[in-house]
Amino acid sequence: MALTLPYAITLEVGSSLENKTGDWRTERPIYLDRLPPCNIECPAGENIQAWLGLSQEGKYQEAWEEILHNNPLPAVHGRVCYHPCEDGCNRKQMENPVSIHAIERFLGDEALKNNWTIPKAADTGKSVLVVGAGPGGISAAYHLCKMGHKVTVVDSKPAVGGMLRYGIPSYRLPRDVLDSEVAHIEKMGVTFKFNTRIDNLAASIKDGGYDAAFLAIGAHVGRSVEIPNDGSVKIIEAVKFLSDMETEDKKPELGKKVAVYGGGNTAIDCVRTAVRLGADSVNLIYRRDRKNMPAHDFEVVEALEENVNLNELRTIKEMKDGKLTLDIMELNAEGWPESTGKTETIEADTVLYALGQLVDASLFNDCTGIDVEKDGVTNVNDQFMTGMDGVFAGGDMIPSARTVTTAVGHGKKAARYINAYLKGEAYTPAEKHETASFDKLNTWYYEDEDMREQPVLDLKKRTTTFEEVLGDLDEATAKYEATRCMSCGNCFECDNCYTVCPDNAIIKLGRGNRFEINYDYCKGCGMCVEECPCGSMLMEPEEL
Amino acid sequence: MSTELKPGFCQTGDLTAGNRLQSIDVVSVQSQEDRANSLTSGHRACQGCGEALGARMAIDKVMELSKNKVHVVNATGCLEVFTTPFPETSWNVPWLHSLFGNAPAVATGVQAALKAKGMEDVTVIAQGGDGSTVDIGFGCLSGMFERNDDVLYICYDNEAYMNTGVQRSGATPPTARTATTPLSGPHPGNNFGQGKNVPKIAMAHGIGYVATATIANVRDLEAKVAKAMSMKGARYLHIHVPCPLGWGSLPKDTIKLARLAVESGLYPLFEGEHGVITGVTKIRKKVPVDEYLKLQRRFTHLFKKGADTDDLAGVQAIADAHIKYYGLLDDGDK
Repeated sequence: MALTLPYAITLEVGSSLENKTGDWRTERPIYLDRLPPCNIECPAGENIQAWLGLSQEGKYQEAWEEILHNNPLPAVHGRVCYHPCEDGCNRKQMENPVSIHAIERFLGDEALKNNWTIPKAADTGKSVLVVGAGPGGISAAYHLCKMGHKVTVVDSKPAVGGMLRYGIPSYRLPRDVLDSEVAHIEKMGVTFKFNTRIDNLAASIKDGGYDAAFLAIGAHVGRSVEIPNDGSVKIIEAVKFLSDMETEDKKPELGKKVAVYGGGNTAIDCVRTAVRLGADSVNLIYRRDRKNMPAHDFEVVEALEENVNLNELRTIKEMKDGKLTLDIMELNAEGWPESTGKTETIEADTVLYALGQLVDASLFNDCTGIDVEKDGVTNVNDQFMTGMDGVFAGGDMIPSARTVTTAVGHGKKAARYINAYLKGEAYTPAEKHETASFDKLNTWYYEDEDMREQPVLDLKKRTTTFEEVLGDLDEATAKYEATRCMSCGNCFECDNCYTVCPDNAIIKLGRGNRFEINYDYCKGCGMCVEECPCGSMLMEPEEL
Repeated sequence: MSTELKPGFCQTGDLTAGNRLQSIDVVSVQSQEDRANSLTSGHRACQGCGEALGARMAIDKVMELSKNKVHVVNATGCLEVFTTPFPETSWNVPWLHSLFGNAPAVATGVQAALKAKGMEDVTVIAQGGDGSTVDIGFGCLSGMFERNDDVLYICYDNEAYMNTGVQRSGATPPTARTATTPLSGPHPGNNFGQGKNVPKIAMAHGIGYVATATIANVRDLEAKVAKAMSMKGARYLHIHVPCPLGWGSLPKDTIKLARLAVESGLYPLFEGEHGVITGVTKIRKKVPVDEYLKLQRRFTHLFKKGADTDDLAGVQAIADAHIKYYGLLDDGDK
């Protein structure tokens, strides 16, 4: 228009829209999602930021469904997972991490209270045998069932859970929580058969007409050690002890002076169980120092609160006359323990060996092509398949970190490969977004708010009963805690980009619908990227 | 276990412009998709212009509260030039430009004309940069104040004459390098002990409302516009708007600089009524002035080898004096 207008006259309102300032730009802002560190650290691959985001809005059922994409046991994991997500949490670098596990537990418990369910796909006509009803087996069974396959889970023990029941004491995981959460999976259509031991896998697959098998038999054989003993001290293997705790007619008999040999989480479970069974003294004996203990420190702290004596840098040399002779160790330059030659004695009538576990791989009797290490650990390829076609494995029996959540992650991933195998397709995992590391955030915009802790059972009850030690967060607190999530790498619609653009080049699409960039007018100043709290924008050079 | 929750709590509180978790009543107008965009796209302000942003933030809030019944009178300066190069304009409001020095007087006239026509429900805004406000139009501004004309005057302070090539104004801070305060002599840049503090001068007129605001805190800025709009008579709002071109800063750092000016104490946020200070916005995370100054080329000489350390200390002393005078830190947070 307009050059025909006389000077100093009324101009058309907003007529500068004709001037497309986008061509000034040498860099362009991009609106993207990055992968938060909690998600990266989660062995089950949970999209934690997403379900925390839904929890912030009070959409608890949708939040639970989001967890169930990756993990069928949130009530269990909220209690027993060692939450590496919280070690990764970017909030940790400000005050303390989001209490992710406590919120997961809240959501899992809400699902049980309200009987929430997950729909499954139409029947595929394929059937899968799952050996082992522990976390790995339950996870694979759930995912395969959801995909429409017929799944049968067999286990040699009398009840469901594997190490969840026969390894983790009930003060950490009440059995009704485990049973209720598995009941949901059973209701979906998974068949469980207990007291059923498989000795000849190939025959069992053939006889049952199964199209594939997933093995997650765990590592239930305690590692032993030869120590001179005049017979005055009773020796029990930790895994057997914890397992017998669950079997009414085999309740273990401990003496009054109990020692536990080892420094892993199983050793901690043993000392704390011994305290609850009424031992007068409980000694934990570990060859290295506390700093080097494989057990998680918060569990060590809880054990010490319960009056367990920690004997670090000690090995058992001899057992005689109801006494243990302990060799006093020191760490060498490489951090390994060496004897100082000095000794001391403590009294003990029972010693529990918690020195690691082996796999009983005898089910492979009639199988060929399976690659088993000498401690029973079974090798698999990158698709979780063993050397035998159609036989997959995961959990403690394959080489990896031995945690509940790792096993659940294996079950999920293996289920995806098994599904592809059954359909004759290839499964390729989605490409991962780049990391939303702390330096990508603008933390100015986050309120300083401390984590709210779960309530803890009083010490008297902790040392005399098997009541659950950690309590629930109520709804308001769970929501508060979820709201501390900084949503790293994923836009949570704070409207900063939209607000700080001097050129109105960010288009707000309405709550819940995020934003778009109008490159017709964006001059590429980069303020939107700089003032984005959560790092879900970046600047990219323009192709000139 | 129950938790005392702050009302409207979300991870960002009121630090961000909006948040999907907060009710529409507490978020800023700027964060809403139906904001007026009084200053629309296609204007010719530099990348990362603080003034374009400050003007849109303030006038959008005025438009919301006045239900779009507003007249704006603009002094000469960047804001006038980059928004309205003939034959285009970026304004989505009735807008008038006359001369550099007479915007307050023209606004007084516009208000008188509206009154004569029985249109007293129309809000009259006069606005300009620090050049027109602090220096050239100061006489007209003072007159508008003392007559208590029903005009809200908004100054967008970028601390020099940017439009004409970065010459010193009465709002240029000590030590800043401009085209007319070059780096020469033992104390390079602008002098200490000169310049005018117009918010305090406005307070001295005893007018109904005076406030300082920043584009780094849009909720605070909008609350001050709303407070001003709730009153009649002469009102004055002073908004700090970093200028990447004149300050030698990165366009992306405009909001960050506005924030650091507040957090260092160099730019105090306060409001006053009838000559009395009625409120201050506290510093949230105090920083030394270095953090603010180092991001700007107009101050790099303060950090060069051999620079007189008294100069930097002098700037810090100004910030410290503000903190003390206005009480910008919470008790026990010294």
